[in-house]
Amino acid sequence: MMKGLKKWRLFSLLAVLTVFLAGCGQEELSTLLPAGQVGRDQFNLLILSSVIMLVVIIVVVTIYVIALVRFRRSKLGEDFIPEQVEGSHKLELVWTVLPILLILLLAVPTVYYTYKLGDVAAMGEVDEDGNPENLIVDVTAKLYWWEFEYPDLGIVTAQELVVPMDEKVYFNLIAADVKHSFWIPAVGGKLDTNVDNVNKFYLVFDKDSNDIKNGDGVFYGKCAELCGPSHALMDFKVKTMPRPEFDQWVTSMQATGEKQIVANEQGEEVFNQSCIACHAVSAVGGSNEKQGPNLATFGDRNRVAGFMDHDKESLIDWIKDTQKHKPGNKMPSFGEQLSDQELDVLAEYLMGLSVEQ
Amino acid sequence: MDLNKKFTPETWPEHPEKATLEAKNKFVGFWLFLGGETILFATLFATYIALKNSGPSGFGFSTQELYELPLVFVMTMLLLTSSLTSVFAMYHLRNYNFKKMQLWLAITALLGLAFLMLEVYEFSHYVGLGFTFNNSAFSSAFYTLVGTHGFHVAVGLVWITLLLIRNAKRGLNLYNATKYYTFSLYWHFIDVVWVFIFTVVYLMGVIG
Amino acid sequence: MSSVAQKKSFGATLWDWLTTVDHKKIGILYFLGGGFFFVIGGIEAMLIRWQLHKPDNDFVSAGLYNDLITMHGTTMIFLAAMPLLFGFMNAIVPLQIGARDVAFPFLNSLGFWMFFFGGLFLNISWFIGEVPDAGWTSYASLSLASQGHGIDFYAIGLQIAGGGTLMAGINFLVTIINMRAPGMTYMRMPLFTWTTFVASAMILFAFPPLTIGLFLLTFDRMFGGNFFNHEMGGNTIIWEHIFWIFGHPEVYILILPAFGIFSEIFSIFSRKRLFGYPSMVFATVLIGFLGFMVWAHHMFTVGLGPTANAIFAVATMAIAVPTGVKIFNWLLTIWGGSITVTTPMLYALGFIPSFVMGGVTGVMQGAAPLDYQLHDSYFIVAHFHYVIVGGVVLAILAATHLYWPKMFGTMLNEALGKVTFWFFFIGFHMTFLIQHWLGFWGMPRRVWKFMPNQGWDMANLISTIGAFFMAIGVIVLVYNVIITSIKNVKVANDPWGDGRTLEWAIESPPLYYNFAQTPLVRGLDSVWIEKMEGNASGLTPAEPVKDIHMPNGSIIPLLMSLGLFIAGFGAMFRTETEWGLGVLIFGLVFTFIAMAARSLQDDTGYYIKKEEILRDLKRKGGQN
Repeated sequence: MMKGLKKWRLFSLLAVLTVFLAGCGQEELSTLLPAGQVGRDQFNLLILSSVIMLVVIIVVVTIYVIALVRFRRSKLGEDFIPEQVEGSHKLELVWTVLPILLILLLAVPTVYYTYKLGDVAAMGEVDEDGNPENLIVDVTAKLYWWEFEYPDLGIVTAQELVVPMDEKVYFNLIAADVKHSFWIPAVGGKLDTNVDNVNKFYLVFDKDSNDIKNGDGVFYGKCAELCGPSHALMDFKVKTMPRPEFDQWVTSMQATGEKQIVANEQGEEVFNQSCIACHAVSAVGGSNEKQGPNLATFGDRNRVAGFMDHDKESLIDWIKDTQKHKPGNKMPSFGEQLSDQELDVLAEYLMGLSVEQ
Repeated sequence: MDLNKKFTPETWPEHPEKATLEAKNKFVGFWLFLGGETILFATLFATYIALKNSGPSGFGFSTQELYELPLVFVMTMLLLTSSLTSVFAMYHLRNYNFKKMQLWLAITALLGLAFLMLEVYEFSHYVGLGFTFNNSAFSSAFYTLVGTHGFHVAVGLVWITLLLIRNAKRGLNLYNATKYYTFSLYWHFIDVVWVFIFTVVYLMGVIG
Repeated sequence: MSSVAQKKSFGATLWDWLTTVDHKKIGILYFLGGGFFFVIGGIEAMLIRWQLHKPDNDFVSAGLYNDLITMHGTTMIFLAAMPLLFGFMNAIVPLQIGARDVAFPFLNSLGFWMFFFGGLFLNISWFIGEVPDAGWTSYASLSLASQGHGIDFYAIGLQIAGGGTLMAGINFLVTIINMRAPGMTYMRMPLFTWTTFVASAMILFAFPPLTIGLFLLTFDRMFGGNFFNHEMGGNTIIWEHIFWIFGHPEVYILILPAFGIFSEIFSIFSRKRLFGYPSMVFATVLIGFLGFMVWAHHMFTVGLGPTANAIFAVATMAIAVPTGVKIFNWLLTIWGGSITVTTPMLYALGFIPSFVMGGVTGVMQGAAPLDYQLHDSYFIVAHFHYVIVGGVVLAILAATHLYWPKMFGTMLNEALGKVTFWFFFIGFHMTFLIQHWLGFWGMPRRVWKFMPNQGWDMANLISTIGAFFMAIGVIVLVYNVIITSIKNVKVANDPWGDGRTLEWAIESPPLYYNFAQTPLVRGLDSVWIEKMEGNASGLTPAEPVKDIHMPNGSIIPLLMSLGLFIAGFGAMFRTETEWGLGVLIFGLVFTFIAMAARSLQDDTGYYIKKEEILRDLKRKGGQN
């Protein structure tokens, strides 16, 4: 019976393995389930190159297996001396020319897509009234969080990028401290945020992030360049929505300069004493105005600190001991400065900061 | 190999620097080493070209205003002449004329020393103006490129001085002929690098 | 066993090894040094995999994790793979070309000791507790921001070790150019010699940029330079260029000798001449050349612009052509041969599919727009482990079994060898195949931990289990080495029976002067030719027995390296301690004095008398 059980376990393990090997990963962060034109172009190139490479592998393995089966010394006899063939110009020509053709097959679309994806000429275009035609987002990568400024809209946010669907969104990328890399696997990747210069590229978002199956309403973004101890935790999230919804979101963002929801007045007081030096709760402004992330949309977000569950306990946990959760980040731990009661009301207040309600 | 074997100008081989297998090895090896050195300097040149004139905001130095072209021209002449004198020395090496070879090499070393002292003067002059190694990417790249060359000159000077003193009483043999010869190769190499520095750093810096 | 071998005291033996300039002994030293660092790098790898075996693991801290990945990469590339290959090059290449030693025996020793002290310097960081933590690439903005002395250890340690590598490269070049036996033309050289030659040429041109890059980093970190400090006008991208101008050729420096080793193995164990030898040589040279033209494919996402990316993408793909030629030539070598699956052959057979996998994923990443997705994801981790483990490490393990008798005079156990292979091979594919998918699924590389619910848990667990298989394989190999060394059953000249090149026609291990008489080479696979024509010894001498010129041993290489090692600490602690500057100067002066001592003394070697050689010949029954 034990034996049977073991067999069954092995079988299920193999089944899981197969599913995984054939699997496409999770919609919110898999490059195999592209949710935009850029990612789809890259995915097409992946399929094309995989097919070509599969052909190569099959040819090699076939010759290899046949040779291995046919020409064994155990079959040929211990004393068999094979003919010492020097080579064959014909064959060698074949396996020089064929790979060149295969490479050309891959090189042409490669060059085409390289120019297509690198085309940011339309970035600064304006219509007759002088309004910019395309949405531009300035991304500043910092240890270990992301700042997103919408320069033409006069608003700024952090950790959660909000973008409209079905249009090209252009990005200006830079890092404030050390080099990072901006990557939204499901939508298309990726471009480094250098410290020395601004990098530009565009992405297109096709899919509403609320429609992600089994997801939490966001696409996942990653930092893809080693940037220090908490590189692994330098995540951000992306919310996509139809243009009208986005416009609405922008309007309420622009309004945070004047009025705000205050879920807990005591919490606001604590905030004004301990947090306001580094964090803004008004989304009106630009990059690098405050040292820490803008919190105007904090209640709408999906994660605390980019990767922790979005609830009050996690938030309190985070504020108490930031270094434990994200070693090397720039926010001090407040476990000793703030009492439990203060933390509680502060968390209440922060969770109430919202533009979507 | 017998160090005490005596030669006359007649029995002395035409290419004493590669008359034995060991010598041939050194000869080829040294050429290869210079190949590596070329890449080394090429990397420094590339870095310099990328960083020249770039500094923190408000940085006050530019290649046009900084460089002392007349001084550098004198240095160039000194080093070029020293390359020529080392050629004379090699001529006498071929002809087994030890004394004249030593003499020309000593002149080479003196010219090299003069070059080096002028370079030290040049650097201290720039530092006096406030253009220090630490004050910009440009200054770091400049001092590193030109300084690496200067360091090579210094190494060459120590090398030839030791060779001259060590062999002063012994005369030429097939063992030290290779050493003299590789030194002269090295010295020419340094000279060529300087020609590039003079052109790329100084001339193009002031004019271009 | 040998009439000349006498019982020596431990001290005398140690002194002998510390001062040796014999290429065979230096080969063994490289092998031992490289093996030691291979085990250390392996332990680091196991800790990395254990940290990632489940989500949100707290086995190691974030800082320590970055130390581990940095040291794993640096150690494996610079201190394990290269020295191990150098070990085989030293032990075998002079024999393959019929030489009695390398061109510069003294420099050979210096190269080894610089590698060793450089590696030691790097690893001492573990004891100081300030370990390099910016990845083996140490990209400038992060490496400048890194606290403590970690990156200083990286910069100075690699500087010392890199100097040693450069010397080794020049040495092999001159050896192969000048020291070939009569008749050994370039187009008769065994392929391992050819690949060593091309790899050495690549070292000559690739390491100077690394030297400069490390100097600039050192200046920036320790002497107030501003090369990479963008606030002072510097530019971090310069580091990336310099690093990859070195770094890309570096991987070819590793893989070409591996190709050479496999070429020997396919030929020996198929009893067949290498198919298309001239095109194999040409492909090797072409790969070496193209290796310098493609560095920016590591920087597709840096933002160099579409034109640069397109050019480098196409250039990268072009490398697939000569590599493909090699693969097919190997296949046609075993085709029509008489294949016997010994342990080395098993590795060679395992290499073909593994390396093809690594090669094709390389071409995929050469397609720049696709690389935007794959770059710095787990896909790239899978790719470079497929080429480096599936190519280089398999070659090293294969060569360990193949050349063990030639280096140590005894065979490794074949059964255990095959056990090692299967554990290692299965473990390797289990560890790295799944990582391609982790990359597709959005997992970035160099992550200290990952959160659950991203679909990565199972794949990471599988990968970790595979790593343990590989570890078991290595442990079995170590056990194999130990028991066979204890048994120490002596073997004949050609224990594999089908040796084709000169090293298989002399004793195992060879006498210290290698060849009693320099052999005459009459074609490719000269020993095979001789044997087929009925000359059982496999050698035709090119000269009568005569006195042999040999170099003297010297302790100076060790002392010079030691001086640099000491100076390294001085440079590092120069500003914060009173003794720093003094130690820096002391170390440099120490090295200089050792060097001057070498230069001023006339060390022209010594001669082995004809009588002694005749005595050895007689003992061996008149054969070489």
